[in-house]
Amino acid sequence: MDSDLSPQDKKDLDKFIKFFALKTVQVIVQARLGEKICTRSSSSPTGSDWFNLAIKDIPEVTHEAKKALAGQLPGIGRSMCVEISLKTSEGDSMELETWCLEMNEKCDKDIKVSYTVYNRLSLLLKSLLAITRVTPAYKLSRKQGHDYVILYRIYFGEVQLTGLGEGFQTVRVGVVGTPVGTITLSCAYRTNLAFMSTRQFERTAPIMGIIIDHFVERPFGNMGHMHPCNYRAPAEEEGGYTGVEDSQEVCTTSFSTSPPSQVRTPPNLVFNFYIRLLKKRKYGPFPLQVTTASLDLPFAAFAPRAYDIEENDPMVSQQIICHFKSPATSSPLQGSLHSQGSGESGVPAQDDFVMVDFKPAFSKDDLLPMDLGTFYREFQNPPQLASLTIDVSSQSMAEDLDSLPEKLAVYEKNIDEFDAFVDTLQ
Amino acid sequence: MNCRSEVLEVSVEGRQVDEAMLALVHTILLHRSTGKFHYKKEGTYSIGTVGTQDIDCDFIDFSFVRVSSDELDRVIRKAVGEFKDLCCALQDAMGNGTDGMGQISLEFYQKKKSRWPFSDECIPWEVWSIKVNVVNLANEQERQICREKVGEKLGEKVINIVEVINRHEYLPKMPTQSEVDNVFDTSLKDVQPYLYKITFQITDTLGTSVSTTMRRLIKDTLAL
Repeated sequence: MDSDLSPQDKKDLDKFIKFFALKTVQVIVQARLGEKICTRSSSSPTGSDWFNLAIKDIPEVTHEAKKALAGQLPGIGRSMCVEISLKTSEGDSMELETWCLEMNEKCDKDIKVSYTVYNRLSLLLKSLLAITRVTPAYKLSRKQGHDYVILYRIYFGEVQLTGLGEGFQTVRVGVVGTPVGTITLSCAYRTNLAFMSTRQFERTAPIMGIIIDHFVERPFGNMGHMHPCNYRAPAEEEGGYTGVEDSQEVCTTSFSTSPPSQVRTPPNLVFNFYIRLLKKRKYGPFPLQVTTASLDLPFAAFAPRAYDIEENDPMVSQQIICHFKSPATSSPLQGSLHSQGSGESGVPAQDDFVMVDFKPAFSKDDLLPMDLGTFYREFQNPPQLASLTIDVSSQSMAEDLDSLPEKLAVYEKNIDEFDAFVDTLQ
Repeated sequence: MNCRSEVLEVSVEGRQVDEAMLALVHTILLHRSTGKFHYKKEGTYSIGTVGTQDIDCDFIDFSFVRVSSDELDRVIRKAVGEFKDLCCALQDAMGNGTDGMGQISLEFYQKKKSRWPFSDECIPWEVWSIKVNVVNLANEQERQICREKVGEKLGEKVINIVEVINRHEYLPKMPTQSEVDNVFDTSLKDVQPYLYKITFQITDTLGTSVSTTMRRLIKDTLAL
């Protein structure tokens, strides 16, 4: 195969493939930085813009890509992959997509390397620019910051897609035939994020209480070895971006957040402020939508309501919904009946609760005589229901059965009352 | 040579027409534009650099990439704006609640020089027809759903466009210096798209074109 190719063509082709791989990585990572990208057209060729496209080179990304390639080129059986994943403030991470640059054995011997292959690679890069804005991870990456960050990893060798979960979708960006094989560029992206949202809801211990992110400066304090990196587009004459030291680079700056371990709440009744809501969509990712309050009464949402409002309510993107959520049940009233949890955990440790005297954006002082913090504390320690003070477990089954006829007789006597009550409900 | 014809169809609300059309037309032009050619001696040429820019839509949950050329953007916006105005005018004429349909065509062509007295021939080699169905929505809730759905649809259309482009079917040969204006639009300072023209037509819900509708209206009026 290679013997048909002149040495110059072979050299050119290797160079094209190498720089194509590097530019591909740059396009993908830059598309996940969370910022809008803008590069200038130039009528005068500078000679350094590969494929006649203005794609800036982030040095750290190039370094990582070269490290992954380790002097090799993508070839048959040797794919270059860029894995994009998401990491939350709670430490959960999830692979969102994997971009694969592969080569198969189908050769196009007649194609001109220096002209046709080069131009088609340029076209493929343009297609990559377009497609990177269309996959679900793009919207997620534009909204990263408080709750999560987007990470990337480059590896070389066999493609690994198992981390994308079941039902992942694939989109083909394009193919370019060359005399040594056909280059294909594709993206496999996750569609199933359901376990992510379920896991979050199953957590009974620290779920965010009051978000006081504007007071907290250090983002993702528990990230360990990862560091946020702040990529700012340099002025035209400058080069380079600020560096990142770790192998798993963060694509963008993370802003403040209140780490969830600060607040402990009784597991049976959880008070959540959702700054962003998780909503399932047909291709999976949980789009985070900024929410603002639009309730007339600030705590009107505390009334029991269906938990699928997020899915049915298209206005959800314009509302902050603060509501009580029990991990096991669907209504806060029900939740309060299963109060074993509160017996175990008792009063939430007041010491862990960071009380800050502040005015939440949507609270209205004139409607309630108390402030939010006082209300919260009182709500967290409600008096026990009288019916629950009876130690039910000590009653035996037999006693229960014995008392039944009596109870039935009483209910039959008062049947008119019950009927009248039912009528009022209708 | 047969002209390649591709059809894309979208349903949008009135205020989304501009952005939806811009997104699709710019995506196509991104792939059908090169840097400026600089011809040197001995028939060789070098190609300038094409920059790109992310654009966020205001009325659609969607972002797209376009060529960084304000000149080109102005031309496209003007054409798309005229198309949108016609769509809205038709809707106003037909009354509220009427959905309308329009089609915007982006045609790439080559010029073939003819001998006098015949004028140059324009031979299309690729035509993209974008059919737009303009819907009326009753409330904000529907509009919100529409924002997201149209965003998803446009994403699918971008994937369709990329699929067609990457079939690597016919493209005009790279021209010599004397022929470059027969293949490329060299009027812009910073980029060089293939020669193209944008045309559009509007129809009402019955599928008849506006001119037919107007003719009928006038006839009916005269008949009274």
